[in-house]
Amino acid sequence: MDKLPGIRPRQSLGRRLDMAARRGFPGSTTALLLLVTAAPLGVPGQPELQASIALASVFFWSLFRPASMPPVVVFAVGLLADLLGYAPPGVSVLTLLIAHGLALRWRRVLVRQGFLLVWLAFVGVALGAAALQWALTSLLTFRLLPPGPGVFQAAIGAGLYPALATLLTRAHHTLAEPEQA
Amino acid sequence: MRQALAKLTLPMLIAAAFGLMLLGKADALLAERARMALADALAPIYGVLAEPLDSLHAAADDAEGTFSLYSENARLREENERLRRWESVALALDAENATLRANLHWIPDPAPSYVSARVVADAGGVYARAVLLSIGPNHSVTKGQIALDERGLVGRVTELGARSARVLLITDMNSRIPVILERSRSRAMLVGTNGARPRLMYWTEGQPPAEGEHVVTSAEANAFPAGLPVGVVHYSGNNVPEVDPAARLDRLEVVRLFDYGLRGVVPPESQASLRAQGPERRR
Repeated sequence: MDKLPGIRPRQSLGRRLDMAARRGFPGSTTALLLLVTAAPLGVPGQPELQASIALASVFFWSLFRPASMPPVVVFAVGLLADLLGYAPPGVSVLTLLIAHGLALRWRRVLVRQGFLLVWLAFVGVALGAAALQWALTSLLTFRLLPPGPGVFQAAIGAGLYPALATLLTRAHHTLAEPEQA
Repeated sequence: MRQALAKLTLPMLIAAAFGLMLLGKADALLAERARMALADALAPIYGVLAEPLDSLHAAADDAEGTFSLYSENARLREENERLRRWESVALALDAENATLRANLHWIPDPAPSYVSARVVADAGGVYARAVLLSIGPNHSVTKGQIALDERGLVGRVTELGARSARVLLITDMNSRIPVILERSRSRAMLVGTNGARPRLMYWTEGQPPAEGEHVVTSAEANAFPAGLPVGVVHYSGNNVPEVDPAARLDRLEVVRLFDYGLRGVVPPESQASLRAQGPERRR
């Protein structure tokens, strides 16, 4: 990392802490979003909102700042989502890890594209994630669940992504940028 | 070497996710414990949050109410008139009931003990219907206790932590409640569908539930006391008898948890502890 020529500030303790905080920003805000959406807000469709907000956040950071959203963090976020969302343990973990893997694979192509294409890609991921969660939950509870909530979940995710991405893009260039420490 | 390890992390974690699913299936109690530990940590925080949020919702309701004051007043006047007539009927029947019971040497049902608890969060997730209650650290709540709100049956306690409890609602897919149709006294099962209205099934041959009929719990299987109000029969568009729950399940704020001392249907782990205590405990 220090191979590049140029002048940079001294690696003091404060600066290192600042950088660590900036690196931890994506993971901690995703966890915080999960906790907030589990609070008794009285919003209709809150469980679906919770599931899709975690997916959108993980997808965004895996695409634009994968160094700050490593697989281990995705695993932890998924586990928290499973415990908070009362899903069979492992379902959200697997879904989020697959979304993370896809984002990493498509990264080279998608990062250069405009917002619309990224959104379209996310809509595909949200549909796939909802279908996978529905199938896995059905399989693990040994009963065919109604598919309605899954469709609703994907729709909420697709509708929510532009707003969330606008906020996260701002954070991406400021709060979550370790170089700005 | 380092890069190879980094490449391996994702597949390994995906394998771990499958392992987690198997573990959750093999040891359901472990997942439940982890969940309730997290709920125990969050319940006090959500409890603090719930109060201002409740008052916010109440303020919104008040604001909405001011717009319909006139029509609401007229409706309430009419309803009050009707209820007054019913009150005199009910008082007369109550007196008659008391004399009949006195003459018959009727053994009264024991008065159940109950505790009230605040609903702090939705605990259903996408594919279940449940709520989380915040209860004090030295509570006497046990699994299988029956939750009622001020209008009717809400559900039963299925998971229990140190300061929180999860109540499975009667609308959940896994909920099965033995009920009696009040007019025909015919028995049926109330089956949750995850929708707003649970469905009636397995009623007595030739006595289909009638529209508008009241539904109460049945003492069969020794899981519920007889006669708790559940709701009103309503036929859906494709002619399936459903029950409109009496309890306001979409806006629960406080529920009462009743201990009727019924041990008809208890979860396996408490059944094991009952067996360990000896057969004299099981009546």
